[in-house]
Amino acid sequence: MPDGRPLLRVEHLRKVYASGRGEVEAIGDISFTMDPGELLCVVGPSGCGKTTLLKCLAGLLRPTSGLVEMEGSPVTGPSPAMAVVFQEYGRSLYPWLTVRGNVELPLRHKKLSRAERGRLVDDALDAVGLLQSARSHPWQLSGGMQQRVAIARAVAYQPDVLIMDEPFAAVDAQTRADLEDLVRELHLTRGISTVFVTHDIDESVYLGQRVLVLSNSPTRVQEDLAIDLPPERDQLTTRALPRFTELRTRVYEQIQRAKRGPVPSSVDARPVRPGPQARDRTDGH
Amino acid sequence: MTAVGTGRARPRDLGVQVAENVLFAVGLPVLAVGLWAVWSTRSTNRFLVGPRTLLDAFRQTWIGPAFADDVLPSVYRLLIGLFTSILLGVAAGVVIGRFRPLREILEPLLEFFRAIPPPVLIPVAMLLLGITDTMKVVVIVSGAIWPILLNTIEGVRATDSVMLETAYSFRISRWDRLWRLILPAASPRIMTGVRQALSVALILMVISEMFASSAGLGYRIAYFQRNYLIAEMWSGILLLGLIGVVLAVVFGVVERRVLRWYHGMKEVTRA
Repeated sequence: MPDGRPLLRVEHLRKVYASGRGEVEAIGDISFTMDPGELLCVVGPSGCGKTTLLKCLAGLLRPTSGLVEMEGSPVTGPSPAMAVVFQEYGRSLYPWLTVRGNVELPLRHKKLSRAERGRLVDDALDAVGLLQSARSHPWQLSGGMQQRVAIARAVAYQPDVLIMDEPFAAVDAQTRADLEDLVRELHLTRGISTVFVTHDIDESVYLGQRVLVLSNSPTRVQEDLAIDLPPERDQLTTRALPRFTELRTRVYEQIQRAKRGPVPSSVDARPVRPGPQARDRTDGH
Repeated sequence: MTAVGTGRARPRDLGVQVAENVLFAVGLPVLAVGLWAVWSTRSTNRFLVGPRTLLDAFRQTWIGPAFADDVLPSVYRLLIGLFTSILLGVAAGVVIGRFRPLREILEPLLEFFRAIPPPVLIPVAMLLLGITDTMKVVVIVSGAIWPILLNTIEGVRATDSVMLETAYSFRISRWDRLWRLILPAASPRIMTGVRQALSVALILMVISEMFASSAGLGYRIAYFQRNYLIAEMWSGILLLGLIGVVLAVVFGVVERRVLRWYHGMKEVTRA
């Protein structure tokens, strides 16, 4: 890890749900740290506890054991230093409020002057390119635009960490590419530290400076991979880089291994078939 | 729906469209009154009166001092009863809807009280409260509160979990959570409850006055009936119907304003 205090520190995080038929271990043992200004992607097989991890980070769930620390102090509840962008934009935005009303709502309890609040809202809407839709209602916008509103709401909140839970899982491929570039741009221009949870391998490599691969349950960190692609990324050229393919293959292998559970070695040498992951991106539209 | 149709129509169709709408709205009532007029000239039943007689009786009975003596007090009690029902029903509904243990404890009890027909409470209310305005308002509330309360509980309970989580994660204050999340989220159900409460309240307004009163619409109608003032009695019934229509229209206007987002959203998802 580079020197300096980590922004976010997760240590031996474990989460067990008590259910009717006994206990379900959603997260086994996760530890990692995140530096200020980092864009960290968390990827793992579906059902591996990504959302649980995110909710523990955001203070929406109490871990069964272990520690989540934000700037040196433990996270015990929702923190003003964090903002979440949920996957289900349709259920996360309030349909009775306008776009502006939605973005402004979390700022109401912050001690800000009216003018200051208005400036933050305008700035955030401008950043996601929706200033002209401020007076519309969310349901009048397309899915991609609605998710932009949710991102604007998070940006206006001025968090130290932006937490995104598979935010683009429900939009079509072109919109998704645009939104990915928006996240990159916000990260580059504003230096917002971001935790981006996804199940999409390509997306994690394209977006992240670092990719955390989670294993299947009981969830552990399978691999912590630095993404050494140039910071200026582009949907066409970056994805065509040999290094991009290498990294994607690497993540893919790790996920395949994670799915099979913690079986030691011997499986590494298996060739990677390009089929499934290529489909992974183009499925569903 | 009609508004949308009219809005989309080309200018030369507009006149035809408006005429069509008007015809549809008043056509059947006009026809019914016509038939009624023809029929009444042939009928010899003295308990059924024709439209002319009824209209005359209406003018003589209700336009004048009776309006201030009987109609206004009734309407006043009706409105007080309705607003009290809305206030109590929504307030209690939010509390009960938000706390599951409370809901589970109260549900059987609420079902029981709801099942009691409110008119049977009138003698009890008379004993406890005397023959007062309060007693009549209590009777109205005792019936009108249930649809509002039960619908509010259901609406609050069904508040979307992701919307709630969003509110928690952004640390939205309790106050904003109530006024900008829970109440708006429940508002379609609350409005459904209020709509049902309107007719219940009108019925109970009349019945409470028929039992024990010396003024009011219900009292007047019962008085006319006992004194064989048949046309006057019918005119009172007509007035009740008109009050019901006015209530429904006012409610419709308020509902369209409050639930504009809801209807807009439904229109979009249907398209």
